[in-house]
Amino acid sequence: MPDRPLSPHLSVYRKLKYTLLSSITNRFTGLGLTAGLLVLLYWIMAILGGPETYERAEHALAHPIFKLVLAGFLFAFSYHLIAGIRHLIWDTGRGLEKRQSQKSAWLVGVLSVVLTLVLAYWAFCPAVPR
Amino acid sequence: MSANGVRHWKMQRITAVALIPLSIWFLVSLLALPGHDYTTVVTWMAQKWSAGLLMIFIAVGAWHSHLGVTVVFEDYIQGGTRTFWIVVSRIAHIFAAFAMIFAVFYVAFGSRA
Repeated sequence: MPDRPLSPHLSVYRKLKYTLLSSITNRFTGLGLTAGLLVLLYWIMAILGGPETYERAEHALAHPIFKLVLAGFLFAFSYHLIAGIRHLIWDTGRGLEKRQSQKSAWLVGVLSVVLTLVLAYWAFCPAVPR
Repeated sequence: MSANGVRHWKMQRITAVALIPLSIWFLVSLLALPGHDYTTVVTWMAQKWSAGLLMIFIAVGAWHSHLGVTVVFEDYIQGGTRTFWIVVSRIAHIFAAFAMIFAVFYVAFGSRA
């Protein structure tokens, strides 16, 4: 066992709380972004492989199912970014009261959905000027 | 592990703070490209600033990812295989980060060296 406090087992919670949900979502989105690193590895290796290799990878990544995966990454990025900022604010000793952390759990959820929609619109809508 | 607890906590925060601008830069740069064909992507990657920031982003991102995965493994893997999986994660992260950094370096500066 590592000599530090571990997360309590999930079964000690009788009902789901926003604060608990936001904590577990932060972990899952973090792991999702770790999976994103693998996609980044694949993409960069394809670039290293040259134009033909890249074209094959581009074709694979253009699959509709991957568009869904990409949308998932955009949500994971948005949530983990905003929830991470919440954690960094907690580290300064602010916002730790029960009411405050409930409120900020909601705020993180709402803001990350809004950011996801903005990024998805930018990524998937071809009419956006670049 | 206890001697590394403070260091782990500190590094997780330092990499987290660094990743706020780095990850936003990375995502915005990719989304702002006019297309994602080979020529456009390589032209972007061959710029000094893009290549440099991308390599820093990969290093810091992989480090933060390794720290996060380690915490998850410590919390949820019971028994003797825990250390084994943490080492596997560490090796995979180091391997992936070095492969990506080498590739970016080669694409950006390789032909001129």
